Amino acid sequence: MSPSKVPGVRAPAVSIVVALLVLIIIIGVAFSVGQYPVSAAELLRVLRAWAGGAPHGLDPTLDTVVLEIRGPRVLAALLVGAALAAAGAAYQNLFRNPLVSPDILGVSAGAAVGAALGIFLALGVVAVQSLAFAGGIAAVGMVYVVAKSVRGHDPLLVLVLAGVVLGSLLGACVALMKYLADPYNQLPAITYWLLGSLASTDTRELWIAAPLIAAGLIPLWLLRWRINVLSLDDEEARALGVATGRIRLTVIVAATLMTAAAVAISGVIGWIGLVIPHFARLLTGPDFSRLLPVSVLLGAGFLVAVDTLARAIANIEIPLGVLTAFVGAPLFLWQLATTRRGWQ
Amino acid sequence: MRLTASNLAYGYPDRRVGSGVTLELAAGEVLCLLGPNGSGKTTLFRTLLGLLPPQDGAVLLDGCDVQTLTREAVARQISYVPQAHGAFFPYTVREIVLMGRTAHMGLFAAPSARDYSAAIAAIKRMGLQHLTDATYTRISGGERQLVLIARALAQDARMVMMDEPTANLDFGNQVRVLERIRSLAEEGIGVLLSTHDPDHAFLCADRVAMLYQGELVACGAPEEEITPQRLKQLYGIDVAVTALTLADARTRHVCLPLGTL
Repeated sequence: MSPSKVPGVRAPAVSIVVALLVLIIIIGVAFSVGQYPVSAAELLRVLRAWAGGAPHGLDPTLDTVVLEIRGPRVLAALLVGAALAAAGAAYQNLFRNPLVSPDILGVSAGAAVGAALGIFLALGVVAVQSLAFAGGIAAVGMVYVVAKSVRGHDPLLVLVLAGVVLGSLLGACVALMKYLADPYNQLPAITYWLLGSLASTDTRELWIAAPLIAAGLIPLWLLRWRINVLSLDDEEARALGVATGRIRLTVIVAATLMTAAAVAISGVIGWIGLVIPHFARLLTGPDFSRLLPVSVLLGAGFLVAVDTLARAIANIEIPLGVLTAFVGAPLFLWQLATTRRGWQ
Repeated sequence: MRLTASNLAYGYPDRRVGSGVTLELAAGEVLCLLGPNGSGKTTLFRTLLGLLPPQDGAVLLDGCDVQTLTREAVARQISYVPQAHGAFFPYTVREIVLMGRTAHMGLFAAPSARDYSAAIAAIKRMGLQHLTDATYTRISGGERQLVLIARALAQDARMVMMDEPTANLDFGNQVRVLERIRSLAEEGIGVLLSTHDPDHAFLCADRVAMLYQGELVACGAPEEEITPQRLKQLYGIDVAVTALTLADARTRHVCLPLGTL
């Protein structure tokens, strides 16, 4: 077979710059959409005044809209989108499968149980979010321990199977709590949480989630080359000098931390962790040192765009989880139908 | 540098594959491992590389048990060429060969300029320049095999283990790989390779080891050990082994399978 140049792969710096530009444009659009549109110029002046510059002298309502309503929501979408896409990219390499999403080890199912329990016990917002975070971490921890105790099988396969089994068990727990919940207040609250939303995000939550997400992102970036090698056959990676068990555990801890923190503030939002790394790989190739930043930028941009749609296209808010599926699934199918490059 | 296996029993937790293997590989020599399908060649390779703990005996690298070394320390001294396979993501040939440099990079590092030039040099040594930017998942099985050898060269180790490096290659590339193996040995690198073709042992090996049902049945110079009786034992077919005298007066041994043909 003749050697073939890969079509569509651009220089690494270019793909990052393009993704960054797209993200900035999307953020501008997100602020300009809504009952009180904010232009890019107004946005910049408000931000400059907020950062300690001279008062902007514009309508004070702008401050409220930018800094208290739309700002936190856009920031939350940036964080959650970036976290889910980065975790998805890492998991796809770890499991050597481009169809893997961050949920595969049960983090969302665990978070759902935590949140449903919190709502069921009529706890406050902070407690519900903390329970969701703890539930996500605990679920993945359990999956890992169970998989570790099973010997004599392919470790990755056992991990995935344990994740599927525990995920479905936790799904049954959520179903039970929905069944037992008060149908007028608690049941709608649980259902609403499971559909995902950023409508009620406030700044305090972001101050907690952002460091957790950063704490997950940093090890992924530091281990970027080892994560490339991890996508080879396990024995091959070890023969190349990679301590696969330890690196794999680090990636799982990092990705779980990010995903649990994201899911705790947004509820369950699917598709981003599956679709975005996939598009990023098409744009920049599979090398994780480029795949990670491009996934982060695209994931952030995608969720800001979808969240803007969620509050703009109808009189009522459309649940985010529903909309990411409506947008993500056709995009994915379209990409599948139109490109031949990708995986084997 | 010397790799020694003494009275090695190897296999998987629930299944013993072989035992009693005593073997030595010195820097600068080519040792060729022959054995029928299922005789335990790949499992033995895994054990020698420290990927599989031995069930008995030990594998020593310059007197040091490989089980006690870190993966990085082993990889800096022994490189491994697995049987050609697919990859899961569309890395370029350059990126795949760069992965051979992993053991020389810090845990948090990405490839340096030095790693890049080592990878490019390895690609050139295998004559694969034209494939440098090609996608590994889209080249042929034989080309992948050559890329994996280039990756092992980039790893810059004193020992190389090759699991059937010629299995997917055409006639010309088989000979080129055997020539490359010979020249690695001249450079002072120890090569252990497995093959299904006893002629390859005649062509490039200093010594041949024969594995049958997990045990070594012979180990020595190819001209002495590769006999019709041994080949009958290993493969269950009748083979004629003949010495040919070439036009330039060199002598070469060849195997000719007879069977019922």
